[in-house]
Amino acid sequence: MSWLDPNWGFIASAYAAGLSLTLAAIFFTVRDARKQKKRLGALEAAGIRRRSKET
Amino acid sequence: MRTLAALFTRDFRLATRTGGNTLTVVLFFALVAILLPFAIGPDVALLQRLGPAIIWLSALLALLLSLDRLFLDDHRDGSLAAMRAGPVALEWVVLVRIFGHWLTTAVPIVLVSIPLAPLFNFDFELLFALLVALMAGTPALAANAAIGAAITVSLPRGGLIAPIVILPLAIPVLIFGVAAADPGAGAARGSALLFLAGYSMLVLVVAPIAAALALRSGAE
Amino acid sequence: MIADNPRVGFFSRLAQPGYFLDWSRHMILPLAALCAVFFALGLWFAFFNSPADYQMGNTVRIMYIHVPNAWLSQFAYGVMVVASIGSLVWRHPLADVAAKTAAPLGATFTAIMLITGAIWGRPTWGTYWVWDGRLTSSLVHLFIYLGIIALWRAFDDPVRAARPIAIITLVGAINIPIIKFSVDWWNVLPQPASVIRAGGPTMPAAILTPLLVMFGAYTLLFLVLHLAAMRTELARRRITALQARTARSQAGTPA
Repeated sequence: MSWLDPNWGFIASAYAAGLSLTLAAIFFTVRDARKQKKRLGALEAAGIRRRSKET
Repeated sequence: MRTLAALFTRDFRLATRTGGNTLTVVLFFALVAILLPFAIGPDVALLQRLGPAIIWLSALLALLLSLDRLFLDDHRDGSLAAMRAGPVALEWVVLVRIFGHWLTTAVPIVLVSIPLAPLFNFDFELLFALLVALMAGTPALAANAAIGAAITVSLPRGGLIAPIVILPLAIPVLIFGVAAADPGAGAARGSALLFLAGYSMLVLVVAPIAAALALRSGAE
Repeated sequence: MIADNPRVGFFSRLAQPGYFLDWSRHMILPLAALCAVFFALGLWFAFFNSPADYQMGNTVRIMYIHVPNAWLSQFAYGVMVVASIGSLVWRHPLADVAAKTAAPLGATFTAIMLITGAIWGRPTWGTYWVWDGRLTSSLVHLFIYLGIIALWRAFDDPVRAARPIAIITLVGAINIPIIKFSVDWWNVLPQPASVIRAGGPTMPAAILTPLLVMFGAYTLLFLVLHLAAMRTELARRRITALQARTARSQAGTPA
């Protein structure tokens, strides 16, 4: 293939835009998953502590 | 049938009495239609060409403005709960409500667009085509508004979010509605009008079912 | 337990939220790994192991990222429609969760399709944007997604939001083909059909291979992200329930 094609700028920017949006979707999904998992873990631990204190 | 007639009379009186919104909607429509030429410029030929689009857009915005009047008041004062438990299926109630809403907002808008015609230099033939298109297309707008109003009836700021959801559904009405009154469209005008009427029919079937379903589920 | 009850159907067991959390836990990592392999392979094919098109030249390579996203833009809405039917007919909580989490993903993939399509359009058609049927209805599709996302955010309680939003999703499904038809009718100008025909089966295998691999990669990505987002949404609802319970029990016992 020819690497001197003048259209490489368009191809590169299309892939840069598409893949960075893809990565953003992955990043936000993973970050949200981690955050909610942490909150749920903390809440459940607090619930267990409270119940064991009551008994 | 008598129940539906009574419902219709009630809706009609509520809309046209003091505190009703017919006058507000009509004034809003006329003001938008008069404001847009100021943004476009006083070119008469251009305004005549854009006229049908301006009238349609103003009508669309005016109908959106009155959208939360469709179910919100009845939801708040409990009338809706009574209608849900009443002898008539909620779908029919919604259909009557759509008809009443159309009659008290869309029809006055269509009538007011007659005195606006000289501002856009419409000739009689163009004005007539536009009026027919408005009469054929506004039922679809009113019915889509009913869907939007029904699904957001339990939201405190439903009047703001519902237009965002139902505006994309207005695209076929705008396309066919403007084309049916476009002097440049030629032979496509007739088919545009038929498509417009067909879309209105379809939405008038879908909307009562969808809106009634949403109103029922909102009560649970 | 529903999960162990043999009298409950296979799919009902799969869809029971607790059991769903259980089986989906073991699915995410293998699927993500497979997805990464597909992406690596697909990008390698797209850049290093596929020929330039005789008409479009090297810009044909944009197709390998554009067309899979166009497919996902439709597929995500299909998932939402099926989930909405599940919400309305069976009132299944997992269907609500599936519908809610598919919307942002669908909007993202539609945005990728529009952006890569615009960048592709510049060298092929000489302009970033034309108001033709396909582009315009894709743009409208993006706004339908965004409207549904805005609606989900407008409701405080996602459980009460599910049914109204399922209804508007189905109304949207009825309207999308009509909008597509009206927009096509509105713009009868001939468009370069070669762009879409390139997606047909008449393509040479050398171009079809990277396209199919990228299709696989993006479909797997959607499945992984959707599963992960559904698990997160279930966790979020459990957090809300636990917080409500804690608040109630604290209100019940005066300090």
